[in-house]
Amino acid sequence: MSIEVVGVHKSFGDFAALTDINLTVPAGQLTALLGPSGGGKSTLLRVIAGLEDADSGSVEIEGVDATSLPAQKRNVGFVFQHYAAFKHMTVRKNIAFGLEIRKRPKAEITAKVEELLELVHLTQFAERKPSQLSGGQRQRMALARALAIEPSVLLLDEPFGALDAKVRKELRDWLRRLHDEVHVTTVFVTHDQEEALEVADTIVVINDGRIEQVGTPDDLYDKPASEFVLSFLGPVTRLGGQLIRPHDIEISRYEQAATATGPITRWTRVGFEVRLEVTPDDVLHPEPVQVVVTRAEATALGLHPGDQVWLRPQVGAQTVSS
Amino acid sequence: MASRTRQRTGPAGLTARLVVVVYLFLLVAWPVSVVVQRAFDPVGQPGGVGALWERLSAPDAVYAFYLTLTVAFWAVVVNTIFGVGISLLLVRQRFRGRRALSVLVDLPMSVSPVVVGLALVLTYSTGLGWFGSILSETGVRIIGSTPGLIMATAFVSLPLVIREVVPVLEEVGTDAEVAARSLGANARQTFWRITLPTIKWAVVYGVVLSAARAIGEYGAVRIVSRGAEFNGETATLLIQNEYQAFDEAAAYAAAFVLVMAALLALVVVTVVRPQEGSES
Amino acid sequence: MSTGTSAGAITGTATSRSTLTAGSRIGLGIALVWFSLLVLIPLAAVVVTATEGGWSTFWDTLSDPDTASAIRLTVVEALLVTVVNVVMGTVIAWVLVRDRFWGKRALEVVIDLPFALPTIVAGLVLLSLYGPDSPVGVNVVNTRQGIFLALLFVTLPFVVRTVQPVLIELDADVEEAAASLGATRLTTLRRIILPSLAPAIAAGASLAFARAISEFGSLVLIAGNQPGRTEVASLKILKYVETGNPAAAATVAVLLLLVAVAAIVVLDLISRRAAERG
Repeated sequence: MSIEVVGVHKSFGDFAALTDINLTVPAGQLTALLGPSGGGKSTLLRVIAGLEDADSGSVEIEGVDATSLPAQKRNVGFVFQHYAAFKHMTVRKNIAFGLEIRKRPKAEITAKVEELLELVHLTQFAERKPSQLSGGQRQRMALARALAIEPSVLLLDEPFGALDAKVRKELRDWLRRLHDEVHVTTVFVTHDQEEALEVADTIVVINDGRIEQVGTPDDLYDKPASEFVLSFLGPVTRLGGQLIRPHDIEISRYEQAATATGPITRWTRVGFEVRLEVTPDDVLHPEPVQVVVTRAEATALGLHPGDQVWLRPQVGAQTVSS
Repeated sequence: MASRTRQRTGPAGLTARLVVVVYLFLLVAWPVSVVVQRAFDPVGQPGGVGALWERLSAPDAVYAFYLTLTVAFWAVVVNTIFGVGISLLLVRQRFRGRRALSVLVDLPMSVSPVVVGLALVLTYSTGLGWFGSILSETGVRIIGSTPGLIMATAFVSLPLVIREVVPVLEEVGTDAEVAARSLGANARQTFWRITLPTIKWAVVYGVVLSAARAIGEYGAVRIVSRGAEFNGETATLLIQNEYQAFDEAAAYAAAFVLVMAALLALVVVTVVRPQEGSES
Repeated sequence: MSTGTSAGAITGTATSRSTLTAGSRIGLGIALVWFSLLVLIPLAAVVVTATEGGWSTFWDTLSDPDTASAIRLTVVEALLVTVVNVVMGTVIAWVLVRDRFWGKRALEVVIDLPFALPTIVAGLVLLSLYGPDSPVGVNVVNTRQGIFLALLFVTLPFVVRTVQPVLIELDADVEEAAASLGATRLTTLRRIILPSLAPAIAAGASLAFARAISEFGSLVLIAGNQPGRTEVASLKILKYVETGNPAAAATVAVLLLLVAVAAIVVLDLISRRAAERG
């Protein structure tokens, strides 16, 4: 077991950032800490790295009690949202920094830096200053710098948060591939559920300083433990007193056994999807229900705005009663 | 996450704090407080506010402060008109040599006051200056009289208004001015009703800084002035003369007034700054 | 800045095609005449007066033993003061930005005081505590220590006020990154923070040095002006003016100007070297 967090509490003044956190991060995996901003996920990451002291509880890294070790001694690689580049040093110097601190032989440092430059595809930028790199390149440099010290664990705090959508997607795929090559135990913080679902082996959902659920992406998506997890991991709507994903609703123009019935009151086409809003006739649950169907389905079912339709959960759909 | 690393003030931090406080206390705070205290000291007469007042109401002190205020007033007036005008030209107009001019107007601040005085003497001294013969023919005296003091003072404080006004003019752009013109305002109306209100606080700030500098100027004034009692002796020259004539009490009293003026300028400047931000 | 007539920044790359109206032309004319009469012609007079006697006159003035000694003293004292300012100014800026304690805001005012006080008052201020009637029994009048003290006083704010904003802008996460890579606080200070501050420190040091070699007012009462011992360059200029030798005064003035420019160039080089080495 690579990281073991037991009973961690952390408050900033009156604000309880973390409450009784118990977490085991398995070795060699890519784990995501997912949750809304201000929920405590970054604080947890910083407690693991030793950049923040927990008020109580313990942190163990690779079987060693790290609770009272300063950040310098934890051998943890940390990547920041805003790169934290050493602006006055070249890319090569940035990557070599941790090794120079450890007073490794010159030849070893040179070889290791070359290898890492190769790994993050920055070989031809080695002599540049961080200011001459794009955001994505800077973050790859920061990653190489963190990997250079051969850390026991690699921690990334919203690593792609400052990048634009396209670069973020590329870098996220690249991180997944890199992890498959390097296999270092990795924990990254994100508020983007898509990022977590796509990249992580395990997802830890954190909200209000507490862990809501730990599981594989499939577990979380298919068997959410709470209303919060269900709603955080994708769009949800309310159908007859239950929470359900809009694409898990069966829609029909013909009368059938149904949870709700009513006219289609809104019709929005977004690319290949059609997003509908149905206002139920039910006086107990009058709030509109969102339904998503593909354009082909909409055509096949002969749906039009204003049609009276009947709605029910699809067979096997995940619902949470509320 | 804006959370910083926790600030533990370790032994090194405490040492640094102690060193800084002691250094600033010994170098600035303590000496300044002694000056203030000595201004009220009894020397051959009862001390306190009465003693201070008596020293300041001596005829030579009254003359010196009156001269200082006259010189500072005209220097500030000239600098304000020139400063606002040149700022508008530099920011709003395009002409050859504009960039060179914008560098040159900042030059006076980096010239030593003694050299400023020397430069004015070399140009305007009735005997040996470049314009000396013209001046002596027309009977105009500059060096050794009030106009020379005003020129020296204006020279050393010249860029202060410009430095404040130019950034503000650049930042606000011309949209409002163009809008006013499109609504039928002429150039003068646009200036008084649109441009001037937007740079108002920058001008005030520049005027305060200029006034503080003008009142306290010594080096340049020393060279161009005769500096004798009732004859070109400004407040700063008075301090020097009285101190060297062993009338230290009078020197400290005059210095006390200038220290208070400096403190007042510091306070006004810190009060005006935020207002400027909320205005624009 | 969307309309066609809007002005760019002065340093911008707008075309230099003239846009002057008749009114502004007159305004610019008056401004230029005044600026020339007040600043440009007098400064030109200094340079011309210093050089019109040719190289040998220039050299004769500077090789006069008292003048040479005054210049040497000025440069040495200015260098010493700059070194102290580099250290103390950086430490003061550090304490003001990173430390928190009661009375810190008062220190901010104390630091601005030397800029706000008239120079002659600055001299008197120091004399009141470290002069003939010193309550602490220290008398620095007529000594080089006195010159040193006065220069320290008037140059105090330069390094503090240039370093402070850079230190505020320094990202905390850069220091945390260094810590997570194993750097101790001292290593982080030496290899990350100080190199980032180096350009600001150098800028403040150049300003302090330039001010120190040209300082006049605060030294008048303290230095004592003994030729060859406590006479600094600016007071030498005054003496030349008063004894009716403006050419020699101009020569010393031009030399001071050259030294100041040289110092700025050298410090700029040093700071770049420091920033690159890391």
